[in-house]
Amino acid sequence: MMKFVDEFRDPDKARALIRQIEVLLERIETVRERPLQIMEFCGGHTHTIFRYGLEQMLPEGIELVHGPGCPVCVLPMGRVDDCVALARRPEVIFTTFGDAMRVPGSKKSLLQAKADGADIRMVYSPLDALALARKHPEREVIFFALGFETTMPSTALTVLQAEREGIDNFSLFCNHITTVPTIKAILDSPDMQLDGFLAPGHVSMVVGERPFHFVARDYGKPIVITGFEPLDILQSLWMVVRQIAEGRCEVENQYARIVPEGGNRTGLDAVARVFELREFFEWRGLGSIDHSGVRMREAYARFDAERKFAVPNIKIADPKSCQCGEVLKGVIRPWECKVYGSQCTPETPMGALMVSSEGACAAYYHYGRISVEELKRRRAS
Amino acid sequence: MSGEIITLAHGAGGKVMHELIRELFVAGYGNDILAALEDQARLQLNALLARGDRLAFTTDSYVVDPLFFPGGDIGKLAVTGTVNDLAVGGAVPLYLSCGMILEEGLPLDTLRQVVASMKATAADAGVQIVTGDTKVVHRGAADKLFINTAGIGVIPAGVELSPTRIRPGDVIVVNGYIGDHGAAIVDARGELALESSIETDCQPLAGLIQAMLAACPDIRCLRDATRGGLATVLNEFAAASQGCMRLDEPRIPIRDEVRGMCEILGLDPLYLANEGKLVAVVPAEDAEALVDAMRTHPAGRDAAVIGEVSESPAATVVLSTGFGGERIVDLLVGEQLPRIC
Repeated sequence: MMKFVDEFRDPDKARALIRQIEVLLERIETVRERPLQIMEFCGGHTHTIFRYGLEQMLPEGIELVHGPGCPVCVLPMGRVDDCVALARRPEVIFTTFGDAMRVPGSKKSLLQAKADGADIRMVYSPLDALALARKHPEREVIFFALGFETTMPSTALTVLQAEREGIDNFSLFCNHITTVPTIKAILDSPDMQLDGFLAPGHVSMVVGERPFHFVARDYGKPIVITGFEPLDILQSLWMVVRQIAEGRCEVENQYARIVPEGGNRTGLDAVARVFELREFFEWRGLGSIDHSGVRMREAYARFDAERKFAVPNIKIADPKSCQCGEVLKGVIRPWECKVYGSQCTPETPMGALMVSSEGACAAYYHYGRISVEELKRRRAS
Repeated sequence: MSGEIITLAHGAGGKVMHELIRELFVAGYGNDILAALEDQARLQLNALLARGDRLAFTTDSYVVDPLFFPGGDIGKLAVTGTVNDLAVGGAVPLYLSCGMILEEGLPLDTLRQVVASMKATAADAGVQIVTGDTKVVHRGAADKLFINTAGIGVIPAGVELSPTRIRPGDVIVVNGYIGDHGAAIVDARGELALESSIETDCQPLAGLIQAMLAACPDIRCLRDATRGGLATVLNEFAAASQGCMRLDEPRIPIRDEVRGMCEILGLDPLYLANEGKLVAVVPAEDAEALVDAMRTHPAGRDAAVIGEVSESPAATVVLSTGFGGERIVDLLVGEQLPRIC
């Protein structure tokens, strides 16, 4: 397995790509005024960028803006409070992906609720949660469904499986969110100054290329569907810069080895059967965004924890001093936020971006101090 | 011996408990000091003085789940862990205590296997288990079996290992592949249904360390990279020395199976636990001789230089990624949790 992975981590190929990006940048007028701002939407990309130290390798004419695509980070505190309320019910086994355990609610995280005695278990797939429901027919097993379109099909297929088997002690606490309305909200924001996007590879594997066309067509921004290895990211940056240099803007697919043009039909069908769009969904750091979340259709109400149980559903506002929204849109850099590293740290996160290692602020805090120094130096010069 | 499982009677101080101690522990660990069955082990001071000028004393508790995993078990771990904590201080480990907390209902056979494993590991490490204690708690009050061991060793005169002695220009050495133990435990929990063959690296390091000190008396410091892995030990070194521990990623020995598992789960092998791996910092001019000496020892066969110490950024661990970039390797905030996507 590692042989195939290592092919995408070849430093010689990286240097060659960086040289090509430099050549293209010289042809772009705006770069003389300010660096191009390119957003990687997906937290998986952010993780790769920091893990391999890509940022300091890039030419000065490119500035990466780390987007909101970390589903754990953007979970509002009120939803975590709802999770804790559900998990504390004596009949409930509450199941979740590991990295959601640490996300702070207004009073506690799931990790703290577990220590307080709630039966909370970490699973690797919704099917693990369904297996628990089969094993414990006397308990109610709730799966904390979260993530973008990437994880939606597996959740939907698990619900359909539960339906087929007639399992009635299994339900979802549905917090799935959608990519396109969120990218649109960022593009519509008045202080937006992004020049191009790397589109999330895993989401695209499910939804295909078409949903991203509006970015190029309506907003005139280049967008490249991107894989998760460091060379994938460098190649995609080169593709975005090439579009700008050539005066084009379109959807290109760098991750064609995984992403088919039309996405995954079976997955999309399962999603459409089980879920429908919510009118709006609340995001930590970005506020309410229209149609940016899904809930379960009426036909699957019996698998919906929100309908089965009364959840408090109290909205908790983001702290006022938190500047996650500006960081997400590339208006300020993480370390320029008023509370970065002082009131807001990975141990006591205030804002979304400090919560998980895929959040931009936490990534700078843990891995990126070298990048910060280098980027500050560049800005000063 | 009555019954096939542990009952509260085994900890009640009566006949059943005495039977357990005599037949299982005394017979199992087999040494005169323990066999005297006093309330304390009595150790000859002169014998200790002959070996060095300072005592090293340490303790650790073992609560691993599952009790048995590929390449080891809780008993092997309980001896190895404490022996290694003594050995990385330069001490020759000599005596261990063993306290056991048993959950009512534990199969006696399980306990027998663990005791046999402790005995074999102790013999391998050249230590004796000379005193102990057994408690039985109600079902649910402990998870099957917990072990605490404390250990005493003697530090030979002149051996001074401390991270405060680290200097810029020194090099960083490990004795082999990292992350095996952590990966084996994740795998043995069976939550993932991965088909892999990763075994724990659980092994006593006392012999290797004595060989290292003989080959290179000027080793600055040693530490075993257990919980928190290589990254955590290097952060401790960086903090104590105020230096920068600069790692070269391609030179760090990590098995493909371990890297593969980490890729799938979104874990970082630098933070995975080890139970038979040490990190040494040595003057650059001694590094080659040290690595050669280590490679002649079974516990150091895959020893390698993995980085060096520089002045800045101070008190920091930096990794050159092999891809051309650099990143900080920080302390973990909590437990490493798998990422969702």
